[in-house]
Amino acid sequence: MNQHANRIDRRFAALKAAGRKALIPYITAGDPAPAHTVDFMHACVEAGADVIELGVPFSDPMADGPVIQKACERALLHGTRLSHVLEMVAAFRERDAETPVVLMGYLNPIERMGYAAFARQARDAGVDGVLAVDMPPEEMGENAALFADHGLQSIFLLAPTTSEQRATTICHHGQGYLYYVSLKGVTGAATLDAEAVGSQLASLRALTELPLCVGFGIRDGATAAAIGRVADGVIVGSALVGRIAERADAPETIPQALREILGEMRTALDRDARA
Amino acid sequence: MSRFFDLTQLPDASGHFGPYGGRFVSETLSFALEELDKIYASLKHDPDFQAEFDRDLTHYVGRPSPLYHAERWSREIGGAQIWLKREDLNHTGAHKVNNTIGQALLAKRSGKPRVIAETGAGQHGVATATVAARLGLECEVYMGAEDVERQKLNVYRMRLLGAKVVPVESGSRTLKDAMNEALRDWVTNVDNTFYIIGTVAGPHPYPMLVRDFNAVAGREARRQSLEQIGRLPDALVACVGGGSNAMGLFYPFVEDDEVAMYGVEAGGDGLATGRHAAPLTANAPRGVLHGNRTYLMSDEGGQIADTHSVSAGLDYPGVGPEHALWKDVGRVEYVAADDHEVLAAFRELTRVEGIMPALESAHALAHAKKLAASLPRDKHIVVNLSGRGDKDIHTVAKIDGIEF
Repeated sequence: MNQHANRIDRRFAALKAAGRKALIPYITAGDPAPAHTVDFMHACVEAGADVIELGVPFSDPMADGPVIQKACERALLHGTRLSHVLEMVAAFRERDAETPVVLMGYLNPIERMGYAAFARQARDAGVDGVLAVDMPPEEMGENAALFADHGLQSIFLLAPTTSEQRATTICHHGQGYLYYVSLKGVTGAATLDAEAVGSQLASLRALTELPLCVGFGIRDGATAAAIGRVADGVIVGSALVGRIAERADAPETIPQALREILGEMRTALDRDARA
Repeated sequence: MSRFFDLTQLPDASGHFGPYGGRFVSETLSFALEELDKIYASLKHDPDFQAEFDRDLTHYVGRPSPLYHAERWSREIGGAQIWLKREDLNHTGAHKVNNTIGQALLAKRSGKPRVIAETGAGQHGVATATVAARLGLECEVYMGAEDVERQKLNVYRMRLLGAKVVPVESGSRTLKDAMNEALRDWVTNVDNTFYIIGTVAGPHPYPMLVRDFNAVAGREARRQSLEQIGRLPDALVACVGGGSNAMGLFYPFVEDDEVAMYGVEAGGDGLATGRHAAPLTANAPRGVLHGNRTYLMSDEGGQIADTHSVSAGLDYPGVGPEHALWKDVGRVEYVAADDHEVLAAFRELTRVEGIMPALESAHALAHAKKLAASLPRDKHIVVNLSGRGDKDIHTVAKIDGIEF
């Protein structure tokens, strides 16, 4: 465990002590326009978000379904770059010093900025973790130590297809929490099987003490609660991004829409925790 | 580059060619790639598998393809002798079938009933649909919507062969977007689907196995040169998009230091305009896309750049990772030919030799012409004529202002 526990570790320790589950919203930075992103992040926190996954828009989001692809396109129309996303995190930190922020996206924007420059600027902005979906632990090399030196935790994915041998490696390298991809497919895909996820998570528990959070297929209070029963946290992306898309012409209504859907999930998760 | 690489021993066990290559994929696909790596490792030196591959290449593809001395064209240029490795005479009309035959055999051994592919010009899509038809596999081909428009003939060929062609409307609607969509399909259907990647890019082990399947062309060309020229050629020239036909020709010559090699990228409107698809020649920065690290055209924010080329098959912002290393170590010289030079070479070979090249291959011809003109008559250049030009007649006619 990290000697200087960062915000992610502190948050999960507090959740565990309280017997609660993490609610982790994902939004794409710059969608529908860069000026709104910080407000959306605060709205997520007000609705009970424990960690925010902030998407770094990418031109070729090959692990994402149409909802997040279009969010990237909207953000990129406004020229939202990694450097702007870091500015958004810094602005968010002016009013929120506690909620962990994980940057999620693809490797190339970081590669192009340069790993050392990115690590320094991300730390200065107040980023806590990095999840690049096309960066498995085997390809991290010396960047794992570089990120750690800057207080950035490396968050990795686990999938239903991950072998036990790979899961062992990933659990060994993982920090903060592990992101379990609930189904074979891209983001925004249809159905998830909470029972199957539960049995997969049970076998992963033997390999790691890291919190196990589940994403892909969580769309409302009911699916959040079902996953909350077997996982340490739920990650919700396309369901939020879809609501942002519907209101892209009236962005002032988006924070309330985010509060409603996340509030429903928060209530469902907490009701289950007390039961 | 100060580090020494034995270029015959790459990639390393983790799929890297020096700093390039690797396996940069989302976790869901890791298992399928490890499985493919194991299947290929077990079959690579399996005499039965190799015999089956060779049999198909002989009796289905029609190999060996000839090494043809373009005597009249060489005489007109007045310099070195140009020899054409006639991959255009393969079944389906391009080098692409060498690889799809090989990967289809892997698909068969892995027991998966469905194959998918991405395609740019449509040649790889046609070659995939062809082997799928022959083996009774379900086949879906992803193709950028812009390419569907400019390569209508190949789209219809694929449909006749029983494949489903899916136009991809996202992004720049070209080859890279087709590859994104194929990866999305694969991640969803990984249990029953084999992804037949068409070039020496993508995550490990694809760059290696696509190279190995295409290397038959280089082995033949080496043997044919010894027989027909009486020695090895002085230079090899091939076009490079992802780089599979170039890799196939070059690889068996990599230790022949006396043989110079030229990879010709798509110069589009000219390197100075920025409207091209020449990451190596333009010294594009290092980047990661589609599972591998390589030279990659992206903007300062790391967003993938739009590329431009008259040939759909070279319209790709990255390049195979082994080419990236070969550039760094100086084994191959990478240059670009612009659209104007390419069209001139297309017309010239058609008129002078009665051979209509694919616009992709015409990039190699454009550079070979310049190279030949700079060399004496007793020098020999082997050009990979990687595909035939029938598919491009519409594109050229449109440039000539002719509507059918």
